[in-house]
Amino acid sequence: MNAPFAAPSPAPAPHARRPALDIRNVSKAFVVNGEAIEVLSNISLAVEAGAFVSIVGASGCGKSTLLRLILGLDRDYAGEIRLDDRPVDGPGPERAIVFQEHRLLPWLTVEANVGAALLHSGLDKAMRRRAVAEHLELVGLEAFAKAYPAQLSGGMAQRVAIARALANRPRFLLLDGPLGALDALTRLRLQEELKRIVAHEGSTALLVTHDVDEAVYLGHVVVVLHPRPGRIAAVLPVPEEARSDRSSPAFVALRDRVLELLGVTRRTG
Amino acid sequence: MSIDATARSDSPADSPAASLAPSRRATARRYGALRPDWRPLASFGALLALWFAAHHLGWIAAKYLPSPLAVVERLMSEIRTGTILDDLQETLRRNLSGLAIGAAAGLALGALLGISTLVGRIVGPTVLAQRQTALFAWVPLLAMWFGGGDTGKIAFIAVAAFQPVVIGTWRGISLVPATYRELSDVLLLSRWNYIRLVAVPSALPMIFTGLHGALIYAWLATVGSELFLNISPGLGGRLNQGSQLFEIDLLFLAILLFGLIGLGYNTLAERAEALLVRWNSR
Ligand SMILES: Nc1ncnc2c1ncn2[C@@H]1O[C@H](COP(=O)(O)OP(=O)(O)OP(=O)(O)O)[C@@H](O)[C@H]1O
Ligand SMILES: [Mg+2]
Repeated sequence: MNAPFAAPSPAPAPHARRPALDIRNVSKAFVVNGEAIEVLSNISLAVEAGAFVSIVGASGCGKSTLLRLILGLDRDYAGEIRLDDRPVDGPGPERAIVFQEHRLLPWLTVEANVGAALLHSGLDKAMRRRAVAEHLELVGLEAFAKAYPAQLSGGMAQRVAIARALANRPRFLLLDGPLGALDALTRLRLQEELKRIVAHEGSTALLVTHDVDEAVYLGHVVVVLHPRPGRIAAVLPVPEEARSDRSSPAFVALRDRVLELLGVTRRTG
Repeated sequence: MSIDATARSDSPADSPAASLAPSRRATARRYGALRPDWRPLASFGALLALWFAAHHLGWIAAKYLPSPLAVVERLMSEIRTGTILDDLQETLRRNLSGLAIGAAAGLALGALLGISTLVGRIVGPTVLAQRQTALFAWVPLLAMWFGGGDTGKIAFIAVAAFQPVVIGTWRGISLVPATYRELSDVLLLSRWNYIRLVAVPSALPMIFTGLHGALIYAWLATVGSELFLNISPGLGGRLNQGSQLFEIDLLFLAILLFGLIGLGYNTLAERAEALLVRWNSR
């Protein structure tokens, strides 16, 4: 069940290449009141470059923890995480994250928030400014460059956070339920945008979500986690047909399969 | 002021319930700053009336309590022929020099304490102990080190201003929400960019509380230093002169000037704080 999985690329080219992200037998425990509580257990997952991986699982099953390990924010775990065949040791410019809350700095303008991601890039000021403008355009917020986060709606703020994550052109984009707090309509629209943007940038994406429809619609592959401790229950490839049409039989079938794995029984029909 | 700190730590979560209350409070304060409140003048007027009555009805001998009019007259003659304006200038110069030195040192050390856990562990307890020392206990030592003249006075004012600023800055910067620190790590911000873009803005409400305290402490220290150290040009010197030569009108004038300037400083700080709150909750 935990066998390494090579996610299919959008254009079917399942060569035996080295995975871009290789998670091997990762287990993680937190010590709470002197007692070690296992949060992730023996997670193994291989992700091809350019793949879009959706991760679903009950609340508290360790999804954010897994992303923090991939980011290198927490290095206290068992197992191995390799990026491009090198072990992760700390945050790096090739990885970016959109947190569950937008986490914009309220005292900086939209453009300064996005620009903060480029301070480490070595680009000069003019190039940074151009990169910021480009990415604000990408998320459709070029008119709000000088606005402050408090002047934005939740959906707009989340789009700024996406622009900030993309600004440095990361090869790995980690998305921790970025659309979870939005209303259904905005969410649908941002799902389209996210799909388009990630394809456009050619990054490898890991999307954590509680929305099974979103997982199936955006992912090339859906990883289902079981809780306590968090472990991989299934890795399900998403057929092209399901990714392009939310009402296709393939979509409905896969969604029902995922719901079933999550313990939500569902009668077809 | 602690309200602002709470608002800050809530803001990353941005849950509607958490952000609603502080912003409404901020709005109330913003309007409060625009519409002047005349009520404090009532008690001021009452006091003035009492003063007139006490003097003119002979409740207190004129030797001990001048007429308010005599104080105004003394002010006029001082302005025309005396030195009170020069004294005032001297006092303010001393006050602002000490304040600037103390606040700058407090900001620098507070930032260092907040950023480096090692420095916090080594120097922190000493800073906390220093805060527990009653301010005026420093006077004899500083007089020995720096003399009782201008340098000693400024040193004392600087020590007074230093205390609240170092504590506020230290606390503010070490209490930057973990979510922002994590973000800074992910964005690979250099230490300097972290201080500039994340730590200082996030700590600003607490730093400001410290600066506000410094303004008041430094003013108290200015009065104290001019009274306890050598007599030299300055309002405190005139205060001494008033009591020693029994020039009761001068004594009252000096006290009033001290009070008015203190009041002015406090109002200034409150205005600045209202602006800051608006900027911060924007
Ligand atoms: N710093 C920590 N110390 C102790 N326990 C922690 C810590 N961080 C997370 N946990 C625990 O680890 C488990 C997984 O947390 P995590 O945030 O990864 O869940 P999640 O899958 O992202 O949940 P959600 O879907 O609600 O965001 C939870 O039970 C949580 O209580
Ligand atoms: Mg989470």
